[in-house]
Amino acid sequence: MSSPIISVAQTPRQTDPSGASQGSPVQQDVGPEAPKSAVRQFLMSRSSGKAADTTFLAIMLMCALSIFAIVIFILFILIARSKLSISQFGFKFFTRSAWDPVSGDFGAFAFIYGTLATSLLALLMAVPLALGVAVFLTELCPQKLRAPISFLTELLAAIPSVVYGLWAVFVLVPLMRDQLGPLLQKYLGWTQLFNGYNFGVGLLTASIILAIMILPIISSIARDIMLAVPISQREGVLALGATRWEMIRMGVLRNARIGIVGAIILGLGRALGETMAVTMVIGNHPEIPNSLFSPGYTLASVIANEFTEATGDVYLSALIEIGLALFLVTIVVNAIARALVWAVTRGAPARAH
Amino acid sequence: MLTNPFHTPPPPQDFAATGPPVQQRSRRVRLNRMRRHLWNHVVTGLAVLSTVIVIAPLVAILAYLIYKGASSLNLAFFTHIPAPVGEPGGGMANAIVGSGLVLAVASLMGIPVGIAAGVYLAEFGRGGWLASAIRFTADVLNGVPSIVMGIAIYSLIVMRQKHFSALAGGVALAIMMVPTITRTTEEMLATVPHAIREAAYGLGVPRWRTVLSVTLKTASPGIITGCMLAFARVAGETAPLLFTAFGNQFWSLRLNQPIAALPLQIYVYAISPYDEWHRLAWGGSLVLIVLIMVSVTLVRIYANRGVLKGAS
Amino acid sequence: MREKRVKLRLLAALTIAIVGGTAVAQNINAAGATFPNPIYNRWFTEYAKAHPSVHINYQPIGSGGGIRQVSDGTVDFGASDGPMTDEQLSQAKVKVIHIPTVLGAVVPVYNIPNLNRDLNFSGDVIADIYIGKIQKWNDPRIAKDNPGVNLPDHQILPVYRSDGSGTTYIFTDYLSKVSPEWQSKVGRNTSVKWPGPGVGQKGNEGVAGMVRQAPYSFGYVELIYALQNKMSYGAVKNATGKFLKATPDGVTAAAAAAAKNMPADYRVSITNAGGDSSYPISSFTWLLIPRQFSDPAKGRAVKDFLTWMLDKGESEAAGMGYAPLPAQVQTMVRKTITTIK
Repeated sequence: MSSPIISVAQTPRQTDPSGASQGSPVQQDVGPEAPKSAVRQFLMSRSSGKAADTTFLAIMLMCALSIFAIVIFILFILIARSKLSISQFGFKFFTRSAWDPVSGDFGAFAFIYGTLATSLLALLMAVPLALGVAVFLTELCPQKLRAPISFLTELLAAIPSVVYGLWAVFVLVPLMRDQLGPLLQKYLGWTQLFNGYNFGVGLLTASIILAIMILPIISSIARDIMLAVPISQREGVLALGATRWEMIRMGVLRNARIGIVGAIILGLGRALGETMAVTMVIGNHPEIPNSLFSPGYTLASVIANEFTEATGDVYLSALIEIGLALFLVTIVVNAIARALVWAVTRGAPARAH
Repeated sequence: MLTNPFHTPPPPQDFAATGPPVQQRSRRVRLNRMRRHLWNHVVTGLAVLSTVIVIAPLVAILAYLIYKGASSLNLAFFTHIPAPVGEPGGGMANAIVGSGLVLAVASLMGIPVGIAAGVYLAEFGRGGWLASAIRFTADVLNGVPSIVMGIAIYSLIVMRQKHFSALAGGVALAIMMVPTITRTTEEMLATVPHAIREAAYGLGVPRWRTVLSVTLKTASPGIITGCMLAFARVAGETAPLLFTAFGNQFWSLRLNQPIAALPLQIYVYAISPYDEWHRLAWGGSLVLIVLIMVSVTLVRIYANRGVLKGAS
Repeated sequence: MREKRVKLRLLAALTIAIVGGTAVAQNINAAGATFPNPIYNRWFTEYAKAHPSVHINYQPIGSGGGIRQVSDGTVDFGASDGPMTDEQLSQAKVKVIHIPTVLGAVVPVYNIPNLNRDLNFSGDVIADIYIGKIQKWNDPRIAKDNPGVNLPDHQILPVYRSDGSGTTYIFTDYLSKVSPEWQSKVGRNTSVKWPGPGVGQKGNEGVAGMVRQAPYSFGYVELIYALQNKMSYGAVKNATGKFLKATPDGVTAAAAAAAKNMPADYRVSITNAGGDSSYPISSFTWLLIPRQFSDPAKGRAVKDFLTWMLDKGESEAAGMGYAPLPAQVQTMVRKTITTIK
């Protein structure tokens, strides 16, 4: 602010060179309305003008669009590399069960069966437990225990897949082989689900470890959903004389039904794509399993095992086609799930998940 | 009303003169009430039981991990590279450092892009259809299996460049970090009160400056926790590194060469027959878990400090 | 201000350390068979000690992986115990030659609790175990080869390779020769459609690990894996009818005939070789070296390593359960090395 003052002191009216200010008061040279030098004008316009804002917006927009770009790029490259397999096998690829690298005959049905079987079994085991935990934490848990227990369930989500696999190989597989398996065969053998020999690795072991892995996801999203149900619903049901369980059932679960279905489908989506832990305990046998103890193979496992060594273009292309199928299926499943969850929470600020 | 789980209000008084005699009616009502109470207790018990069943494997896994892992962690583990097959000793130093490098590359690429995308969604795109579509796509991308990312990056980078590289591994992990960071950044920015932004505008601060110096700075603890969450998630990912980073038995810090990574080494050692390698796998798992647990715990601490309070 | 300077200095030091520390060593990447991995691992580590400026990073991902990666050019050289077929050689983007390194043996490993005797296996018995015709350990055909042994009445769990494997190639090559049904149903390859029950594991390590842990299982691994993990391995009936356990001498005997008539490209099968003391499931293992390296420095380093291998490496083979190359073959290899550019 000093320059206008100096200019006033240094340019007395008598020596005003411009001549255009004859008769104008001193105030003309003072304050922000004073004509700025060209340089100053330039500098000020660079940082506060439209251009800066527009550039900033453009950069942010590009980064946001990169998310679209990522999805499109993955889709594009998977389709491009699996063209060979698609043209050779057509749609039958997904309905035939054949995997013979020697003769070049590929059909992915056995993997689809294995993936679906392990995922659905895992859901069967995980959903009741996850909902039980969610109900406990939102409705029944004393306030002091809430934080530690919810922290513990979130820790389950943080353990990496390969560590689960490591634990499964050294603890779960021997457990299944030596204790659990014979127990199941003795008491539930009549269901014809436990025939065949039990070597520890196989469908059931993979499903168990998968169930442990998807539990925290279903539980935490179910909790978010249940927290989003307005408290007036709960109070209304209680005012009518309901027991606690009836209040949960009628006031909370009924309203949260859609969202909970969404949470379950999200868990399914995670189970479909889970790779490492499943690969280590599924037995890698590309045939349709006929008992819960038999080894199987999943879509993600076959890619993990055979990708770096698929000799021959058709072999590699078949594997990439499996990757494409996995990509599309998980996108669809996740989209449905997110739509259901969003419908209940209406975009309310969820916890950082 | 919500404090005592066993309290139920008395049944409504029956004013109707018609109906079964009083004794029968109240007996039926009493039985009904007993049944409802019983169900209540049963379900409460089931909920508690399921929580116990869920916590039990977690505690079992962690305890076993600590027991097995702690005995194999020594100084050599952190300073030596793997010994030749079958020989005792050696460590996973190159894998730890390699993981660090790949994660650093991934963070350098993923965090700026993710934060920028989150800024767009929160500041410039509120309510528009494009923002909703991007948000939805980010959530969906979160659910894509990591192995698909791996084969996509293999096709794009490794095959073109004709060699495996730490860079390819970093890119694969980066595209996994972006959706998570985007969503958490957006949520954190949404919690910044409008008054702060308006105060800045009132002072004549241009929009871009407001976003950078005022809004982001206010939300920065939350954004940092979001980044840590994404970091913890990709730290344990193995599948995308199988076809990109490839693994290396020597020290390597070069971006255009294969590099060892902790989860990758754990996988290789876990399925081997050598006891020595099993020992190293347990030790590596413990290191990995500790790293991830620290990040998750820090997130929790920040949450309780109030930044995420509205959201948790 | 001082803090900033300290940070800058630290950053500079770190950068120099990273750039300097790694700019010294030349990195050569290789991938392939798990069959020779123990001895390659030792060779590469020792070579790196003797020549600190060259790091040969070998990843044991299976012979199939070695063939594919070297054909695509994503590694500098590969390794395989199943020779590349003519079709694979012609389709490869990088033209490679085979250089034999050592000879090894594939042994049948098994895990029968409380049995500390070595079992005998005939070739067709092994084939039928994997086909699924022989399901229990106390099957009469196994008992016939093992008189007087108390075999348990328990189902056999066959374990095979889930990845593309040269060990599988050697194994199926042998089975194709001794079992006509195997030859017609399955054939020989690095990755086959296993006709019967069983579980797949990754690498020789995976199969060894599985058999070690699962009782009543049966698998096939390279000899060193059985030795290093103190597993029981059986004797196999050779072409003259004798049951032999794998030893480096047995493998050398199997290679004797082939050594005299070695083809120029070194692709030869020595399974089920004639001769009293030949071990029937033996094989060469090869390195797949590009005819011409795009980076001449790498080419020189690899040639140097191959020469070192012939001079010093071969003497370590027997100590690790492999057989060194016969003398005639070594001479041939020295000449071939000079043709690599």
